[in-house]
Amino acid sequence: MSSNGVDVGKRRFLTLTGVAAGGVGAAAAAWPFLASLAPSERAKALGAPVTVDISKLQEGQLLITTWRGSPVWIVRRSTEMLNNLKAVDSHLRDPESQEEQQPLYAQNEFRSVNPEILVMIGRCTHLGCSPSYRPDYPAEDLGADWKGGFFCPCHGSKFDLAGRVYKGVPAPLNMPVPPHRYEGDTTIVVGEDPEVA
Amino acid sequence: MNRLIIALSMLLTASAVSAAGGGHVLYPFEPDVKNTASVQRGAKFFMNYCSGCHSMEYLRFNRLAQDHAIPDDLLSKLMFTTDKPGEHIISAMPQERAAAWFGQAPPDLTLTARLRGADWVYSFLKSFYLDDSKATGTNNLQLPGASMPHVLGGLQGYQLLGEEEHHDDAGGHHGPVEPPFETVVEGALSAKEYDGMVADLVNFMSYAAEPGKAKMHDRGFWALLYVIFILIPLTYAIKREFWKDVH
Amino acid sequence: MGIVANPHKTTGVLGWIDDRFPLTKMWKDHVSEYYAPKNFNFWYYFGSLALLVLVNQLLTGIFLTMHYKPSADLAFGSVEYIMRDVPWGDLIRYLHSTGASAFFIVVYLHMYRGLLYGSYRKPRELIWVFGCLIYLALMAEGFFGYVLPWGQMSYWGAQVIISLFGAIPVVGEDLVIWIQGDFVPSDATLNRIFALHVIAIPFVLVGLVVAHLLALHEVGSNNPDGVEIKKDKDENGVPKDGIPFHPYYTVKDLFGVSVFLAIFLTIVFFLPEVGGLFLEKPNFQEANPAVTPEHIAPVWYFTPFYAMLRAVPDKLFGVITMFGAVLILFVLPWLDRSPVKSIRYKGPIFKIALALFTVSFVVLGWLGLQAPTEGKTLAAQVFTVIYFLFFLLMPIYSKMDKTKPEPARVTS
Repeated sequence: MSSNGVDVGKRRFLTLTGVAAGGVGAAAAAWPFLASLAPSERAKALGAPVTVDISKLQEGQLLITTWRGSPVWIVRRSTEMLNNLKAVDSHLRDPESQEEQQPLYAQNEFRSVNPEILVMIGRCTHLGCSPSYRPDYPAEDLGADWKGGFFCPCHGSKFDLAGRVYKGVPAPLNMPVPPHRYEGDTTIVVGEDPEVA
Repeated sequence: MNRLIIALSMLLTASAVSAAGGGHVLYPFEPDVKNTASVQRGAKFFMNYCSGCHSMEYLRFNRLAQDHAIPDDLLSKLMFTTDKPGEHIISAMPQERAAAWFGQAPPDLTLTARLRGADWVYSFLKSFYLDDSKATGTNNLQLPGASMPHVLGGLQGYQLLGEEEHHDDAGGHHGPVEPPFETVVEGALSAKEYDGMVADLVNFMSYAAEPGKAKMHDRGFWALLYVIFILIPLTYAIKREFWKDVH
Repeated sequence: MGIVANPHKTTGVLGWIDDRFPLTKMWKDHVSEYYAPKNFNFWYYFGSLALLVLVNQLLTGIFLTMHYKPSADLAFGSVEYIMRDVPWGDLIRYLHSTGASAFFIVVYLHMYRGLLYGSYRKPRELIWVFGCLIYLALMAEGFFGYVLPWGQMSYWGAQVIISLFGAIPVVGEDLVIWIQGDFVPSDATLNRIFALHVIAIPFVLVGLVVAHLLALHEVGSNNPDGVEIKKDKDENGVPKDGIPFHPYYTVKDLFGVSVFLAIFLTIVFFLPEVGGLFLEKPNFQEANPAVTPEHIAPVWYFTPFYAMLRAVPDKLFGVITMFGAVLILFVLPWLDRSPVKSIRYKGPIFKIALALFTVSFVVLGWLGLQAPTEGKTLAAQVFTVIYFLFFLLMPIYSKMDKTKPEPARVTS
């Protein structure tokens, strides 16, 4: 064994090239394993858009459906409820819905396409519990500012009837509005954006 | 040593016999799952003629549409039993009643092309012949005693099995011989058109048995490109360089 | 309380670790200062390849476990789910199924290397015994893994293999029912086989591989000349014919790995069934306890032993023959009485014996795949006898064989 005449530069170059090429190969080999953990075709099929008929939904009533495993709430808000939204603005963290918690077509004062109809994913933005529907007011347990809305029993977060979060509660954001579109007046497809006309 | 030679020669004869005898298919067929037009036609035929009784419980409509560029409006025409493209192809026929009608429930066909071989399915669909002794009125040369009736009879027509089959038992080492069928009732399709239709159907079934195959081939091409043209030359060069010390 | 500084004089983070854990020591003992003979040839690639395949099986196995359902009702569908719905699932599954066959290919070649160069001889008997245990564990693992997809071959394979235990006198029948946890192979059987396949056997396998390597590194590697390189050391105590495993054999093995990957990935991506040899066609049909496939044969790596089982006309004796064929490997180190280790210096009798043995094993493997006929059963009987005679007569013929003298140093 001899180390005479070893071209150190060539050896280093080959080794580094080898490490680089092997690294690329290893990364490429890791990809299928990591990608296999993403939602499967079955999960996607089960998470397909759902169609909801709201023709029988009464004023003030909450209808719960499921999309991608999450509860989706649909509420037909009365005029009184809509008027109350304005009244609580000053108690809210994000009254103008600046944060992207809703599609552009629902970024308005009612956070909905049709002012009466609220479509929202029923998950608290704090740690994912599903809040309870509390349209009643005044409510002793929810404070003087309460004008009806959603209350999360897990950690006491409060949202108004447009899903906007109150100040001073753990939840950081307004509740998310899912993509949805109307098929006629009384049918909503949750999970699909409106077709661009 | 003698015993060994005897055993070896017996072995060779035995293998020749087994190669000639049972388990072979009547017509050769090589499926082409990358022929999108053919797979599309096959899917249509399957939905029209087969899906009444047979399911493909592991194939999703939208997977088919995605892999073979089937537009939404065409896809919705294929979906008889569901309106959800994410659904599997499930036959509308109740399985228990089907079992009573046919003696056994029509098998699921998702994997049949892998189970039996594409050439077997191709041969099966071409090998129905009239046989009065059967309740369905037909028998099948590829699957004797098949409980499936000749659903495609209106298209293929009906054929009788001739006699030649029986007296070439002794020296039958000449490769596949066309089965001795004679057409007695003409069908709506010519023999050539019928073969084309069966080929489409089998291409579709071969696709359905392993929908990821085309993608595997694409990915394998890149993987091998990397291994053969980068990894092997590089590791060889490194090995040679370091082993200069040893030699 | 101070700490005794490590003798490697490492500093920084590595030094901190070395003061508390033998990291540098292990690296030196097993890699950078493990001296291997410089004359390894083609046959010496398969040890490192076996390790590579083991890692492949563990890794792909873990990910398959995340999607597979060990239930008689759901198993078959969950495999198709992996094949169709899980992103890249088909690749991961084919890597695992092809890896199983690749494991046996490299292990058979690795063991054959041992036969060629007498790697089982003193002082390497324990390496060989650990190796045989690995082989046994691998057979169990392969069988259990084949049951999991719960196809027709899975089911009837399980039925046949478990029934072998029924050959045991007196307790046999009860034993079979106890193994199955039911009166036939069923959901309970599948569930326990799953546990053994994904936890128990891999655990044992990895432990045995560690023992195999520790034993190897204790006595040092054999080589194609069968001479002990440790007998001739230089002034630093380094064998004159030895070279450090790293970098010389790491770079050589990496080249071997690249070539192996080219072949392995060709099969994985383009012919994962290998014409029904790696994935048998009847397994594309869900298990049906009412209908046996027309022709059942185990996967190719078991067929030599399956052929032996069928060659013996008595159930109990057939089972004994089959297990005996595997167990006899364990005593090989004590059967070979030749004064030399390597085939290079052994005489004509051993070479003929080894050739006959090789032919027997291969032909038995082929016979095990075929439907039995009278001629084939006779052939299987003949080759089974040759297989056993290779071992049983070895103490005699290896002693009377005319050997050539071993050289003092390795040849290159």
